[in-house]
Amino acid sequence: MASDEVKVIGAWASPFVMRPRIALNLKSVPYEFLQESFGAKSELLLKSNPVHKKIPVLIHADKPVCESNIIVEYVDETWSASGPSMLPSTPYDRAIARFWAAYIDEKWFPSLKSILKAEGEEEKKAVLAQVEEGNALLEKAFNDCSKGKPFFNGDHIGYLDIAFGCFLAWLRVTELAGGHKLIDEVKTPSLSKWAERFCNDPAVKPVMPETATLAEFAKKIFAKPPA
Amino acid sequence: MGDTEEVKLLGVWFSPYAIRPKIALRLKSVDYDYFEEDLFGSKSELLLKSNPVHKKVPVLIHNNKPILESLNIVEYIDETWNASGPSILPSHPHDRAQARFWSAFVDDKWFPALKAAAITKSEEAKEKGMKEVEGGLLQLEEAFVSISKGKPFFGGEAIGFMDICLGSFVGILKAREKLKGEKLLDESKIPFLCKWANEFLSDDTVKNVVPEIDKVVEFLGELEVRAQSAVSKT
Repeated sequence: MASDEVKVIGAWASPFVMRPRIALNLKSVPYEFLQESFGAKSELLLKSNPVHKKIPVLIHADKPVCESNIIVEYVDETWSASGPSMLPSTPYDRAIARFWAAYIDEKWFPSLKSILKAEGEEEKKAVLAQVEEGNALLEKAFNDCSKGKPFFNGDHIGYLDIAFGCFLAWLRVTELAGGHKLIDEVKTPSLSKWAERFCNDPAVKPVMPETATLAEFAKKIFAKPPA
Repeated sequence: MGDTEEVKLLGVWFSPYAIRPKIALRLKSVDYDYFEEDLFGSKSELLLKSNPVHKKVPVLIHNNKPILESLNIVEYIDETWNASGPSILPSHPHDRAQARFWSAFVDDKWFPALKAAAITKSEEAKEKGMKEVEGGLLQLEEAFVSISKGKPFFGGEAIGFMDICLGSFVGILKAREKLKGEKLLDESKIPFLCKWANEFLSDDTVKNVVPEIDKVVEFLGELEVRAQSAVSKT
């Protein structure tokens, strides 16, 4: 008999894994976190996500749900009675939230990742410019979506807050490594305040890695092999 | 005199992505004005204004508000005109997650692999790419059997989200078969998907929305010529 129990297969450092965890916390749904070891994929992961073999995977009543943003919507719909809605109420605002979440995954995060991998000043400058352009767009998107409220989703953390906020720890690591602030009170004042609120939220704090710990981890995985 | 809802769709006749909102609007019996963008020419003012971030079609403009990204548009249509016509997305959260998962698979993995294999000049890369595309179709066949549960569509009795997503590429697959002899819709390997593809193309909401295969063949041929001449100019 399938129990109602919820499991999340993931890894502490992955921003994508943070998404379902924050969503479950927001709905006060208890779950078992199954940590994957770095470099090896568990049987359960391969069985639950045979198509992509990637984390995160949510397993609810023995049925797997894959892809972080899809999992967040699933959590929102399944436990709709247990907390505020994570998506806005009008179809238009929902379309906007989904649009920006896709932009973040397809354009913004890849350019953020490139900063850490960039070699040479020219390349670094070019990628930085891309990220800053994206941040300017997202600053405007925040002002449009939040309509003066604390989060993209209004009064409460929602789908787009989670989609973007999950990258804040990696953003801080990138800022440290590059010696260059990406989200700050001057360039992106609204996002700067939002980031503070997001990171301190009780649904987020327990699953957001400490910047120093993540920086150590980043050094390890981006370490170039000895020449 | 009441407010008439103004619905406009910006698209390009060939684009599978632009086909998607057309099918969704037909499913919901929504009237709209269609604006064809110039495929090889410059982008219209309206397009640049409505989609400044990506400058791409399709764009749905509903009462002057733009909605972007084909699958987002389909969900928007489903939610906005939810009282008209069948539900495009399934009702159960797990089934909805499945529909979204497989459509992401089609858009993020399967079709990009087909596009890359079609464009590459390297025989090795082409062969590897086509294997990935065929493998993807086998996975989609399995998904179809499990999701449709014996009904004609992924959505059951009526066309749904996943049907629209994958179905928008059927024209291209059939055209490539005519142009290149490439039999991706192979009844011996993916019998259920082949049957589904024909059901899809003959459905009332899809007929007259999906471009004629011969037109697509001609267009693909033209694209190839343009690609060759671009290469020879360098």
